[in-house]
Amino acid sequence: MHELLVSDLFAILPEIWFAVAGMALLMVGVFTRGDNTRLVLWLAIGVFVVCGLLMRLLGEHGAPFAGLVVNDSFGDFMKTLVLVGAGLALVMSLGFIRREGMERFEYPVLIVFATLGMFVMVSANDLLSLYVGLEMQSLALYVCAAFQRDNLRSSEAGLKYFVLGAVASGMLLYGCSMVYGFSGATSFDTLASVLGDGRDVGVGVSVGLAFIAAGLAFKVSAVPFHMWTPDVYEGAPTPVTAFFSIAPKVAAMALLIRVMMGPFAGLFEQWQQIVFLLAVASMVLGAVGAIGQINIKRLMAYSSIGHVGFALVGLAAGTAEGINGVAIYLAIYLVMGLGAWGCILTMRRQGAMVEEIAGLAGLSRTNPPLALCFAIFMFSMAGIPPLAGFFGKFYVFMAAVNAGLYTLAVVGVLASAVGAFYYIRIVKIMYFDEPADGFDTPLGRELWPVIALAAAVTLLFFIYTGPLLDSAQAASLALAPGGLDGARAVLVP
Amino acid sequence: MTYAAAIVFLPLVGAVAAGLFGRWLGDKAAPVLTCVLLVAAAILAWIVFFQIVADGRAVTVYLFTWIDSGAFEVDWALYFDQVTAVMLIVVTTVSAVVHVYSLGYMAHDPHRPRFFAYLSLFTFAMLMLVTADNFLQMFFGWEGVGLCSYLLIGFWYKRPSANAAAIKAFLVNRVGDFGFALGIMGVFLVFNTVSFESVFAAVPDRAGGSVRFLSWDVDVITLLCVLLFVGAMGKSAQVPLHTWLPDAMEGPTPVSALIHAATMVTAGVFMVVRLSPMFEYSPDALAMVAVVGATTAIFAATVGIAQNDIKRVIAYSTCSQLGYMFFACGVGAYPVALFHLFTHAFFKALLFLGSGAVIHAMGDEQDMRRMGGLWRKLPITYAYMWIGSLALAGIPIFAGYWSKDLIIESAFVSGASAGRYAFWIGVGAAFLTALYSWRLIIMTFHGRPRMAKDRFDRAHEAPGTMWIPLLVLAAGAIVGGLPFLGGQMVHHGGREFFGHSIFIMGDNAIELAHEHTPLWVKAMILAVALSGVAAAYLGYMRLTHIPGMLAGRFRPVYRFLLNKWYFDELFDWMFVRPAKRLGYGFWKSGDEDVIDGLGPDGVAAATLDVARRVKALQSGYVYHYAFAMLIGLVAVVSWLLFRFWG
Repeated sequence: MHELLVSDLFAILPEIWFAVAGMALLMVGVFTRGDNTRLVLWLAIGVFVVCGLLMRLLGEHGAPFAGLVVNDSFGDFMKTLVLVGAGLALVMSLGFIRREGMERFEYPVLIVFATLGMFVMVSANDLLSLYVGLEMQSLALYVCAAFQRDNLRSSEAGLKYFVLGAVASGMLLYGCSMVYGFSGATSFDTLASVLGDGRDVGVGVSVGLAFIAAGLAFKVSAVPFHMWTPDVYEGAPTPVTAFFSIAPKVAAMALLIRVMMGPFAGLFEQWQQIVFLLAVASMVLGAVGAIGQINIKRLMAYSSIGHVGFALVGLAAGTAEGINGVAIYLAIYLVMGLGAWGCILTMRRQGAMVEEIAGLAGLSRTNPPLALCFAIFMFSMAGIPPLAGFFGKFYVFMAAVNAGLYTLAVVGVLASAVGAFYYIRIVKIMYFDEPADGFDTPLGRELWPVIALAAAVTLLFFIYTGPLLDSAQAASLALAPGGLDGARAVLVP
Repeated sequence: MTYAAAIVFLPLVGAVAAGLFGRWLGDKAAPVLTCVLLVAAAILAWIVFFQIVADGRAVTVYLFTWIDSGAFEVDWALYFDQVTAVMLIVVTTVSAVVHVYSLGYMAHDPHRPRFFAYLSLFTFAMLMLVTADNFLQMFFGWEGVGLCSYLLIGFWYKRPSANAAAIKAFLVNRVGDFGFALGIMGVFLVFNTVSFESVFAAVPDRAGGSVRFLSWDVDVITLLCVLLFVGAMGKSAQVPLHTWLPDAMEGPTPVSALIHAATMVTAGVFMVVRLSPMFEYSPDALAMVAVVGATTAIFAATVGIAQNDIKRVIAYSTCSQLGYMFFACGVGAYPVALFHLFTHAFFKALLFLGSGAVIHAMGDEQDMRRMGGLWRKLPITYAYMWIGSLALAGIPIFAGYWSKDLIIESAFVSGASAGRYAFWIGVGAAFLTALYSWRLIIMTFHGRPRMAKDRFDRAHEAPGTMWIPLLVLAAGAIVGGLPFLGGQMVHHGGREFFGHSIFIMGDNAIELAHEHTPLWVKAMILAVALSGVAAAYLGYMRLTHIPGMLAGRFRPVYRFLLNKWYFDELFDWMFVRPAKRLGYGFWKSGDEDVIDGLGPDGVAAATLDVARRVKALQSGYVYHYAFAMLIGLVAVVSWLLFRFWG
């Protein structure tokens, strides 16, 4: 038993590292004097780097703690995305928190704890660990949203997020209890075998499934559980919004995929209906809702809703190819999102954040490199080849078509056509409208590397796709051992 | 004979130089350069002309292969035979004269290099047309002259009327060119080649065969000839495709002289002459040529007597004379058609350039009702106009007499009913020709001056650059038709002169005309012309109230003639307005309402509307949001229960 416990602990070393490091950072923050935020922030970034090294060193797969959590290729893939997303979001916030009066050391600590929650979510293999991870993450995020506590909109965002998040948690818990009540199990492995092919399960499991799906749909902000997103994105401090829109999305999507493809694999027909609905509604609303927006953060909120819809298309296929598509989509979304938010974070004029889209007018003349990068991200999000965003959409639509979900693919393509309108409108404003005053310079040393790197990856992805496609394939095979029906063969540029 | 190619390409060199490097050469040098090149080309053309006439053999100068695709082979090659030689001297001589004349006429125009570039480019295209050794190369020249005509009619592009006329000329010619293009395609379909030589050799074998065309069985040669003749009708302004020619007078007057009198408009006649080996095998097509030609001759002559614009009178006269040439072809008298083309080029260019001198002197006034009494002021021009008119009316000794008389006589001796028709019309039109010619002279040069006095006082003779070159044309108009000069063309029915370049099956109408025309016919033609002159003298010099009285008495007839038989109105009603209505309908209800309305505009509007609604849903109240979540949950659960447990 003793040896077993040690190996179990080793298996979840990244999570333990985050937990210990988070508490240590808290101590550092409390017991050092003066202006210690930057210190804690840099230390937190160090924590992320160390975690990345740990993950590289300990690549062992397995299900420690009697299957309470699981380490597999899918988890590795998603955890990597979460780590990169959260870490770079932290880097990007370096300048902002100093300028905007957010200089409290709790901020990096909260991010670290949120990341811990996300790691648990990604590797959850039991309804209980699922819930624990989810709440760990959510509680940290609620506080983050309200972190500018003197700012009315920030506090409002935090409160809204918290209240609605509580409702969603309630739904999730209720679903869990229904499933447990009708199947007698909380472990994903046991559930999978108990539920079997879904013929002999009671109506309660279906209801439970719907409730769990609703709770998770809130976390990925899929329509109609998305209503919090625009308000929270707008109200929360911009680096927090950037963080929100990337890492937690990836983690929640990973959790949704794992729950659907794992314990409820036998109920595929039922949850496919749900995911189908969520995907269609999200794609359409994400595309249409953004059109009327004048605030760039709100626009990005609808954009993220749309992206979630596209990613759900892959899940709706329910095949390895579909999961492969989602994994690729999320990775590319992460890159584009980091870049785009980096650009938004540079939008400062006379020391204040500019959030109106009109403020971008004439950026091509006042700051050509920034306009070019922003244009690359916008074109990519619109899905214009050969930028990375095109491939993300391509793989999920391909999976949907191969799974016979033609409706979904058609709606997706139409929605992305509508979506292209508001992405390209931003490009139009930057390149063809009369210049507004230029943004403040310098733009922040910490932002440029992130923006430039993201732009380079977005632009040049099609040249070197191998590593991403390989690891996405491995991740999808971990959840759907059925195999990948030629998904790679279709289009390897 | 390779140097003959220089005749064709010297004008092209001039066009490129003046067109592309005109700015660099300067406003003075560029026009002079084109003139020098054109005069050189004209001299060469005369040398080649005498050589070919002496040799009596055709020469082909092969340039290079144009298209070689399967069975479709086309060369760029210059073909010189007697027909070409005649056209060469006509084109280059008149063009050279017009170039030099334009130095004076366009002296004050700010765009001279462009004008001369167009003129030279036109000359090149016309020479390509007449030296073509296959249908496609002819079509190249055909379209080239059409393009230059368009550019030159619209040369003063700031005038809306000039632009409209240019577009009209282009569009009407498209109708004809459509027929021509179909004819060429038909030729390739039937003969598998577009080379003149091969086609002419194969025609006798295919004659009498029939082909299915639009669900009729028609004679294959007739079909091809008719299609090709439609092209000729467009280019040579035959009824009903003549409407562009009078409007084309919007161009500068030298352009009217060169393109719309002497050369381009005769391309249709040239084409029929060139294709005599085809037309001879289709009596039906020849009858059509004769009837269309004769109809145009009388139609244009009747309109000519009612026009008041000096250039329009001459334009309708051109139209009418082209009709003569066509009905000469139609009765099988190709040599005399070409002969008349030759003499007509000189005296008609002379008339146009003379009228240009009048217009120049009058400060761009073209209405004859505001002229009069100018003969004292413009004696040289007055003399030129007399020479031109005498030739045009067919008064003995002058060039037109020899050619026009022979055309009418040829029509008389040809037995066919189309020939009879053409003969009587030819006689009638001859009377009208003399009438409108002297009406023009009298209204312009005699009587009381009807313009403002200071304008009359300022009227002056044209500079030397304008009247000296006209000597060449005047000489041509006087002696060009004499039997030992141009008259050689029709000596012995043209057989000796043209050799194999013109093919006439059966009896030679010209020879018959020489031998069998009764004296009363010859006398009648002359009497008719003289009486036309006399009528004009009476009506416009002595009893000046008569024309007005006649116009008043026969008001409908007068209006009918004044309005050019209402052709423009008819076409407007038949084609232009329906096309506009159709286009407007497609635009408004087809494109804007259906395609835009349901397509881009409609979708965009619907999307924006939905976007507004979505925005309204986002109220900001937490309980609304929670409510939406619950509704969504209820919907999902209900759907699952209904779908899987219902």
